[in-house]
Amino acid sequence: MIKRILSSSYLGLLLVLLYAPILIIIIFSFTEAKVLGNWTGFSLKLYASIFQGGIHHSLSSALWNTLIIGLIAAFAATILGTMAAIGIHNLQPRSAQAIKMVNTIPILNPDIITAISLFLLFVSLGISQGYTTVILAHITFCTPYVVLSVLPRLRRMNTNLYEAALDLGATPFLAVRKVLIPELKPGMISGFILAFTLSIDDFVVTLFNIGNEGLETLSTYIYADARRGGLTPELRPLSAIIFMTVLILLLVINRRATKKKL
Amino acid sequence: MQNKMLSFLGRRRNWTIPYALFLAFFVLVPMTLIVYYAFTNPEGKFTIANIQKFWIHPEAMNTFIYSVVVALITTALCILIGYPAAYILSKMEARKAKLIVILFILPMWINFLIRTLATVALFDFFRIPLGEGALIFGMVYNFLPFMIYPIYNILQKTDPNLIEAAQDLGANPVQVFLKTELPLSIPGIISGILMVFMPVISTFAIAELLTINNIKLFGTTLQENIYNGTWNYGAALSLIMLLLIGLTALMNRDGNSKAAEEGNLI
Repeated sequence: MIKRILSSSYLGLLLVLLYAPILIIIIFSFTEAKVLGNWTGFSLKLYASIFQGGIHHSLSSALWNTLIIGLIAAFAATILGTMAAIGIHNLQPRSAQAIKMVNTIPILNPDIITAISLFLLFVSLGISQGYTTVILAHITFCTPYVVLSVLPRLRRMNTNLYEAALDLGATPFLAVRKVLIPELKPGMISGFILAFTLSIDDFVVTLFNIGNEGLETLSTYIYADARRGGLTPELRPLSAIIFMTVLILLLVINRRATKKKL
Repeated sequence: MQNKMLSFLGRRRNWTIPYALFLAFFVLVPMTLIVYYAFTNPEGKFTIANIQKFWIHPEAMNTFIYSVVVALITTALCILIGYPAAYILSKMEARKAKLIVILFILPMWINFLIRTLATVALFDFFRIPLGEGALIFGMVYNFLPFMIYPIYNILQKTDPNLIEAAQDLGANPVQVFLKTELPLSIPGIISGILMVFMPVISTFAIAELLTINNIKLFGTTLQENIYNGTWNYGAALSLIMLLLIGLTALMNRDGNSKAAEEGNLI
């Protein structure tokens, strides 16, 4: 009994520490003060200004850029990664091993190495940096995770099903759509979500490959903000909203999953 | 012609080709470019001056050593704090544990720069001075989930029969832990270390924010060099980091890909 109380309070303490800064953001999203940490009375003004389009133009375009880049990169990574996983599964062990090894390089590399290496690539080729280079860079570090989340599903599935579909006269294209994709879907979805998350949260790779044409994502916007010494007040309610949405979504998914099991 | 095309596509191993080309162009070529830039001068002539500069120029060297120390402390603290948490979670009812694991990962959804700025506000609120202590706290705070998750993942998969067998053979709880669970969870610890150690060395921004620009880590040195246009020296410094990564990866050669495949790295 004592052991249980001790262990739950240990986890509880860690969670409180982990959530303290987030709580600060949420609490101070309900006040107007310019500086995070100053309380100037309860107010919903910051929330109102988000929904009434009162936020600064550059912040809203940074937000849009983040979402668009995230969606495109995650989508491309999912297709590329799923195809690659299917291919790897059918390669001879040696070549499969080689591809898998290169595939782990972007995972093992710290962001900054990926960022610098891609920066050097684009600069040496004389490609001007902007939207395209950021998306390509994001696909580079997202796809390995998709490959790794699809491969285990392939290993678990019965590959004879695909052959059977071909024997019964399905074209390879049809067999893929009707047999392979449904089996791989859960892996593809978790790969997509992971890729999207990595992309919207990325800062370093984006910073190095975004160029200086004024293109900003949320991360680079916040970085520029922090360097100027402050955080745009609207970022507080914005983070609070993103956080609560994800929290509720995850709780709902979790509850559904457990209900299904019961 | 169309038939040939179809049969080419029909062979599923050929589906690797687009990604193989992609990897070659966006991973292998860029890595080679780091090496190329590291060993050339701005005119493109071979030189080892960039590497020498690292040994002679104390500033970069000092930052590097300092970063390694910070990363070692952070990693050790993450293991010390994270292992018990992962262990407790693995002993819990699976449904409950899953929920708490989600709670541990959830803060990742708030941009890390905003979280770091909030940590700064928290320190201000409790009048804790910013500096080295704040830096370590911020690092542990940022990277702890990356340690808990892989360890939890592997502990939770440990075959309960092994633990029972140890108990049946007369081991006391401490012995059971030391002789079965701990050794079996080492791959989890290793992927945790990979997820924490190198990223801490190379972070930039976090250190500046938590120490009011007083301390910079190696990541900042790299970034400054690229930004100031001294690409060759920047590439040489990147190469030194790459060697360090290669070393840690080699020490854990087959563990890596296995751990990664089991989703431990995420």
